[in-house]
Amino acid sequence: MNQAANDDPTGARQILANARLIDPEAGTEKLGWVTLSAGRIVDIGSGAQVPEGARDCRGQCLAPGIVDVGVKIGEPGERHKESFRTAGLAAAAGGVTTMVTRPDTEPPLDTPEMLQFFLQRAEAECKVRVLPMAALTKGRRGREMTEIGFLKDAGAVAFSDADRPVADARILSRAMTYAAGLDTLLVTHVQEPSLSDGAAMTAGPFAAKLGLPAVPPIAERMQLERDLALAEMTGVRLHADQITTADALPALARAKQAGLPVTAGTSIHHLTLNTFDVSDYRTFFKVKPPLRCEEDRSATVAALADGVIDVSSSMHTPQDEESKRLPFEEAASGAVALETLLPAALRLTHSAALDLPALFRALSLNPARLLGLDCGRIAVGAPGDLVLFDAEAPFVLDRAGLQSKSKNTPFDLARLQGKVTTTWVAGRPVFGA
Amino acid sequence: MFNHRHLLGIEGLKPAEITALLDRAEAYADRARSGTAPSPVLAGLTQINMFFETSTRTQASFELAGQRLGASVMSMAMQASSIRKGETLIDTAMTLNAMAPHLIVVRHPHSGAVNLLASKVDCAVLNAGDGRHEHPTQALLDALTIRRRKGRLHRLTVAICGDIAHSRVARSNILLLGAMENRVRLIGPPTLVPRAFAALGCEITDDMQRGLEGVDVVMMLRLQRERMDGGFIPSAREYFYRYGLDAEKLRAANPDAIVMHPGPMNRGVEIDGTLADDINVSVIREQVEMGVAVRMAALEMLAAGATAL
Repeated sequence: MNQAANDDPTGARQILANARLIDPEAGTEKLGWVTLSAGRIVDIGSGAQVPEGARDCRGQCLAPGIVDVGVKIGEPGERHKESFRTAGLAAAAGGVTTMVTRPDTEPPLDTPEMLQFFLQRAEAECKVRVLPMAALTKGRRGREMTEIGFLKDAGAVAFSDADRPVADARILSRAMTYAAGLDTLLVTHVQEPSLSDGAAMTAGPFAAKLGLPAVPPIAERMQLERDLALAEMTGVRLHADQITTADALPALARAKQAGLPVTAGTSIHHLTLNTFDVSDYRTFFKVKPPLRCEEDRSATVAALADGVIDVSSSMHTPQDEESKRLPFEEAASGAVALETLLPAALRLTHSAALDLPALFRALSLNPARLLGLDCGRIAVGAPGDLVLFDAEAPFVLDRAGLQSKSKNTPFDLARLQGKVTTTWVAGRPVFGA
Repeated sequence: MFNHRHLLGIEGLKPAEITALLDRAEAYADRARSGTAPSPVLAGLTQINMFFETSTRTQASFELAGQRLGASVMSMAMQASSIRKGETLIDTAMTLNAMAPHLIVVRHPHSGAVNLLASKVDCAVLNAGDGRHEHPTQALLDALTIRRRKGRLHRLTVAICGDIAHSRVARSNILLLGAMENRVRLIGPPTLVPRAFAALGCEITDDMQRGLEGVDVVMMLRLQRERMDGGFIPSAREYFYRYGLDAEKLRAANPDAIVMHPGPMNRGVEIDGTLADDINVSVIREQVEMGVAVRMAALEMLAAGATAL
């Protein structure tokens, strides 16, 4: 299986019947059936009937597979933390059918030669589709732009320095100008680096009590406003990787109202956890940007519900035990989340903050549109990238059972509801039966 | 026919004045080819070349032009001079003015510096390039080359490719070609081709193939080394792939299109070496030849004005 879509031309016709079809385009969920053939959806109908030879989905949810923007894979450089094989297994188990990968590898993905190697590894090892982002500046050092044209030709779907913002506005504006000429998507990390460097938590009473170095939440709005201003000047398509604070939202909403080609994402952790979860210096809750206060979390959820924030993703960041079993300040940031993205996100539907079509708009449809992909939809002609899940099934997460090589999840021992039954990529099951 | 005290730029020149300059220059070029010595119209006059920025071909070209017309020519290496000792440009100008030269040829790294100097001296000043502003004799020699090859200097489509943003050659050429009613297309990555140039009547594109369609003249510009590595463009190889002129890209142009370059060339960066040497399309050597003739004409016309004053 690989990223190239590879619709299986010999793929047998199969009917998935009696499923709750989650259609983020139409904003509906209703009982029906889907016919897959040659790797694509070829027919859709409504009703609970199960024709002979069809698979009875027993009323479970059938949704477009998740397009996860911002997945870190340990290759090259940190294969002991995650490989293409384990990331692919984790993705398939989590209903993620397309991983849009981050370039913060070691060394960074900043040349077309390296990107070709990366794609070869993905092709050989990975069960789900892989679409790489490439570094925006050489070595992610924020000084010189990479070969954006060559990298795009080699398959880079977007350009980003991952969690390192380009501090110099002149350098960023030139890179944006160049990228705009190639109609390329830029993904920026919106944290003012001189405020956020070295921070382990978000500033506030709790960080003060714990005595940890903290970044004021305003650092996000500052950098977002700068990036939006530069995007307006250069005309580049801009996606802010993670919006996590209430303060940043008005700027984003204004830019969208003004018609700028800008979008924003947020991470599952910022949608479902808050700064108190750090509790007694628990390093599995150290993410970047750090978890926010409850007011920010609920504002982020509301922004996702009303579409100001477009995309929700895992920001999957595998870290081995050695990187996390350290004092909080020294511990590495990030959490694995490919497998927990969907069950954690279902907390939002169970609490009625979002309905399922709205959730899959953020998980599948919007990220696909952002990247110009034809997946993310339940529609005739769309790729057979689907996830079947029982939205109600309760379980207690045991991190030892995760497919990822690294087990650094903040949801260890958490009570979650929602289990993936089967995941299909191009009509072929890659997880479950 | 040429009522200007200085030649500071193409801006302000009327089409008739440009034509007169080119006619005179062409006469000098023909004479040089036939081996006839020009009359020493600058005999007894002093020409000072002040180059505040290194130059080989332009400085040599001005020296030769003055000498061929009989002027006594002095070239000052300004980088090693009193400027280094802290003298301001205006003080240097006043000092030189006291020596009463008849013609001063100036190149300076800052836009507008030659205009400033011209306002402080009593003699004629020729701009040999100021910052990113103008390089009038380069545009004139380009125009003469085009006119000789194409038989006219109007209703042509001319593509100027590359680093427009930092090029005084591009600015002077845009003004001259526009004044003579040609279509000018600017081609390059958006980091090197400011959209604001559309206000000067140019068409702008970042697609070289499209930009070269149907053009009569392709002018390549030099890309400075310090701009190649990630600042304005990602790398020399990506630049050559997208904007370097080679035979394949040139196929989009008219079959009889000519290729120009103000030099010095970066072979394999902005222009393919083989193409640059192809005498059927490349007029790069002819540009250098026309350079001397154009500068002779410019010196002569300014001197005539100065002595008439």
